[in-house]
Amino acid sequence: MSAGGTAEPVASAWTTGVVREVEHLGASFVKLRLEVADRHDHVPGQHYVVRLRAPDGYTAQRSYSIASDPADPLVELMVECLPRGEVSGFLHDVAQVGDELEVRGPIGRWFVWGGTTPSLCVAGGSGVVPFVSMLRYARRTGTEPLLRIVASAQTRDRLPYVDELEAYGALIALTRENQLMPDGSERVAAHIYPDELVPQTDGIERAYVCGSVGFVSFVGRILGEAGVRSDIVRVEQFGPTG
Amino acid sequence: MAVTRGFTGRPRRGGDNRLPPGQYNTGDGWPTLTAELTPQIDVDEWTVTVDGLVDNPTTWDWRGIHALPGDAYFGDIHCVTTWSKFDTTFSGVSVDALLEVAGVRPEATHVFATSTTGYTTNLPLADVTGGKAWIVWDFDGKPLTPEHGGPVRLLVPHLYFWKSAKWITRIELRDHDEQGFWERNGYHDRGDPWLEQRYQGDA
Repeated sequence: MSAGGTAEPVASAWTTGVVREVEHLGASFVKLRLEVADRHDHVPGQHYVVRLRAPDGYTAQRSYSIASDPADPLVELMVECLPRGEVSGFLHDVAQVGDELEVRGPIGRWFVWGGTTPSLCVAGGSGVVPFVSMLRYARRTGTEPLLRIVASAQTRDRLPYVDELEAYGALIALTRENQLMPDGSERVAAHIYPDELVPQTDGIERAYVCGSVGFVSFVGRILGEAGVRSDIVRVEQFGPTG
Repeated sequence: MAVTRGFTGRPRRGGDNRLPPGQYNTGDGWPTLTAELTPQIDVDEWTVTVDGLVDNPTTWDWRGIHALPGDAYFGDIHCVTTWSKFDTTFSGVSVDALLEVAGVRPEATHVFATSTTGYTTNLPLADVTGGKAWIVWDFDGKPLTPEHGGPVRLLVPHLYFWKSAKWITRIELRDHDEQGFWERNGYHDRGDPWLEQRYQGDA
């Protein structure tokens, strides 16, 4: 592993994010668009920490990847609502336009894409969020040829930004729904087939994998079999181990 | 800072003073956070080396490290991603035991830990001596699994868990501090959970 990404400063102070837009996507996801005071530009792939404060001073904080382009006047987070999720549950059920949240960011200089390295992004479910920031950045800067995206989820409904991903040309792999593919073929529901992923690795100098522990392990194995060196693979994983 | 409208949070148990600020109890769960793919390491090929500012640079293999006096940690661990896990049991050897064999030179002030993946982390020497740090291969009596750093990881439980380098293979004694992987990428140089030293810039 070599030295990490860019030299963007980490925001060292908590600030305020005012909720400007809330959009629920089914029961599983809520999109929050925040106006962040004293905002520092992010690099696609970075995250924010959101901290909630109860009347007795108790706090809870969690990290959420940024979905928006750095040029977006608002910071967009896509929050998956977890069972009994203390913070995600609040953001899903209670947060509304006008609310003020404590936020800190952008954070993380490793899982970032600066628009110059030919890269493959592989996402499982809500792991797609940092890649949405990357693809929006790529579209704006005309660097789409450098960024390929593969996104996997159980069903279309469980994959946030699925339409935007498809429009970008991302390969969508659903594990519980058959799909009609752009070339007219039918894809039988399954995890990412190795012969789908391997061609995507041609010419890449970096791979980003974001998803659950099991997903990352699964994709890592396929990438290894495809000859992708493990030291060019950057990982962000979440959730418990089995 | 202001109270978040409508937020009450999880029920608080009275006197739960084991939880550092901003942390929650993950219960039986044990989330993982890594920046790289999990390596599959054959114990017959694994070694750990203590070198740098020591009198006797020493490398232990799997059998060799088991021949050292065993030690264990029973207590809590805290991850910067805000989970804490209570009452864990890790077994292995104390870092003190390795340093005693290697013979730390008086000018050493810091250690720089390296994993087989190239992951690194920096620690003041005082944070890995005096019974505060271990090299461990057992969790709750079972072999440490690869995703949690198996076969062998560093354990420095009084600091955020990114300091407890998974897949440890080298501990270098130095006379200066130099940032490791997460420290270069925005995380705090020391990482004391009780002082909430999460990111660069925290006190």
